Amino acid sequence: MSSLIKKSLTEIHAMLMAKEVTATEAVKACLEQITKSEPETKALLTICNDAALKQAEEMDAQGPDESKPLWGVPVVIKDALATNGIPTTAGSKILEGFTPFYDSTAVAKLKEAGAIIVGKANMDEFAMGSTTENSAYQTTTNPWDSSRVPGGSSGGSGATIAAGQCYAALGTDTGGSIRLPASFCGCVGVKPTYGRVSRYGMIAYGSSLDQIGPMTRTVEDAARVLNVIGGHDQRDSTSADQPMDDFVAALEERKDLSGLTIGLPEEYWGEGLSEEVNEACRAAIAKAEELGAKTVPVKLSMTEYAIATYYIIAMAEASSNLSRFDGVRYGHRTEDPKELAELYTKSRTEAFGDEVQRRIIIGTYVLSAGYYDAYYRKAAQIRRLLRENFNKAFESCDLIASPACPTTAFPVGELTSDPLQMYLQDIFTISLNLVGMPGMSLPVAFGKETKMPVGLQFMAPAFDEKTMLQAAHILEKNLPELPKVKL
Amino acid sequence: MSDEKLNLEEVARVARLARLDLSEEKTELFAGQLNNILTYMDKLNEIDTSEVEPMFSPVEHTTRLRKDEVKKEHTRDEVLSNAPDTDGKYFVVPRIV
Repeated sequence: MSSLIKKSLTEIHAMLMAKEVTATEAVKACLEQITKSEPETKALLTICNDAALKQAEEMDAQGPDESKPLWGVPVVIKDALATNGIPTTAGSKILEGFTPFYDSTAVAKLKEAGAIIVGKANMDEFAMGSTTENSAYQTTTNPWDSSRVPGGSSGGSGATIAAGQCYAALGTDTGGSIRLPASFCGCVGVKPTYGRVSRYGMIAYGSSLDQIGPMTRTVEDAARVLNVIGGHDQRDSTSADQPMDDFVAALEERKDLSGLTIGLPEEYWGEGLSEEVNEACRAAIAKAEELGAKTVPVKLSMTEYAIATYYIIAMAEASSNLSRFDGVRYGHRTEDPKELAELYTKSRTEAFGDEVQRRIIIGTYVLSAGYYDAYYRKAAQIRRLLRENFNKAFESCDLIASPACPTTAFPVGELTSDPLQMYLQDIFTISLNLVGMPGMSLPVAFGKETKMPVGLQFMAPAFDEKTMLQAAHILEKNLPELPKVKL
Repeated sequence: MSDEKLNLEEVARVARLARLDLSEEKTELFAGQLNNILTYMDKLNEIDTSEVEPMFSPVEHTTRLRKDEVKKEHTRDEVLSNAPDTDGKYFVVPRIV
C-alpha cells in the first residue's frame, strides 16, 4: 500500500480510472501515511478520517467517472478555505471550533471534480508568516528535516505533499505563501494570476493580493488542479472573466524551450542569495538554455521597494479584513463581557496572536487620518511603478526566472523574534502579488550544503500560466529526477 | 512620511482604535518592532510619486454584472450555528443601554 503514496496525482488518477486501485485504497494509503508522519510533521489541523473513507466507499460503489478529472484523488485543503461541515480556523484561536456551512468555490470545484478531502492543512495565523510558526495550534516541521521550517504561510500544504499524505493540496499566496513552502518542501507550487481562481470562501488577509493555488508533486499535477479550480465565479467580483486554457493539454504542445526567452533580473540574482541556492538555480537555467531557451538580462529596478510597499498594503487590508472578528456572530467570545465595546476588545485581544496584532496595529496606523497619504497612498503609487517595471521587462522576454527564496529552509525558531527579518524572506515572491501576475516554484535540486530542496521561480505576464507551466514541465522532465516524497 | 517614531502612547491609542487592549509589556515590545518596521517603510520616500496614479488593485477587467435577485441560500439555523450566544432567533450581545 505504501508505494501508492509515491505516485503523482496524474499516475494515481490513471490507476483509479483503470480500476487498478480503488478510491478506498487510495484514501487508506494516505490516512496510513498521515498516521505515520503526523506526530513529527504536524502538517494537518483536521484529519477527515471517517468522512473521507465513507465518501471513497460510496464512490467505489458507483465506479470511476471519466468526466471527473480528480475522481477518487485524496487532497488536503489549507485551513484558510471554508469547507462545509469541516472545521476551518485559518490557524487562529479566534476561529477555534468554527464549522462553515458552505464550501469556498475552489473547494466546491475540487469536490465536483471527484476529489476527496482527507485533511485541513496547518498555516500561519491568517496567513501571516513565512514559516508556519505563527499558527495558534502547532508548528509544522519540514518533512526533509524536522529541525527546519516548512516555509509559510501554506507550510502545512507544502509539508503534507512532501510527507506523502495526499496527492494535491490547496494553498493561498498573499506574498509568496505558496511558492516559499513549495521551495522549502521540494514540491511544485503555483500562484495563479490574481482573479484566475475565485477567492469566494477564502478567509481574507490582503484582498488585493490573495490568490488560491495548487501545491503538488509534479507540474502536470498542478496543471490538472488549476484546470479544475480556475475560471470565472460570479460570487467573487474580482474573479476574471477570462478564457481558461486547458493547461494539461497545453503541456503536450511544446517539446523543448526553443523560441522561449527567459528574463533574468539582476536584482534577484545578486547580493543576499545563498551560494547553494545560486548554484542550483543557475544550473537549472543552464539546462533551460541547453533545451533551447534564450536568456536575457532584465531590470526590475523597483524591487528594493517591494517589501515596504507590500507590507503597507497587506497590513492595511488585513486590519480592515480582520475587523469582522468581533466575537458576535462567530469565533471566540470573551467570558462575561460587561458591555459591547469590551466584548469586541477582549475577544480580539485574547484570541489574536502577536503577529496578527502587530499587523492590525500597523495597518490601522497607516490607514489613519494624517498618515494615509504618507503610507497607504504612497505604497499604492509605487505599486503602479512596480507593475510598469514588470510590463517593461516582459517586452523583452516571455518569462522571468529567479530563485523562489534566497535560502533553503532554515531552522525552526531562527527568525521568530525579528519580524522585519522574517518579512525580508519574501523578497523574491512579493512583487508578483502586488502586480497580480502568476508565478510558480519548481524544485530543481537539493542544496549542496543544507541538503534541503531548492525552488526555481518562474514568473509570467498576467493570465499566461500556460507558458509558465509548459516551461516548468519541460525543465522538470529534463533535470535529474529528485525524490518527491519523504517516507 | 514622518520620521517621528511611534511612542508608547501612540501605540496604545492605535491599538484601541483597532479594538485591541495591549499589556504594558506588549506595548513596549510592539513600539520597538513597529518603529523598526515603519522606519524601513520610510525608504519609499526616496521615490518621487507626485505624478503617479495609485494602483489599489491589480484588477483591470470590468466586473460582469448579474441579476439582482433575492435568493435564500442559508437557513437562520445555519447562520446562527457558529454564534457564541443566540436566543435561537438573534445573536445575543450584552445590553448597550
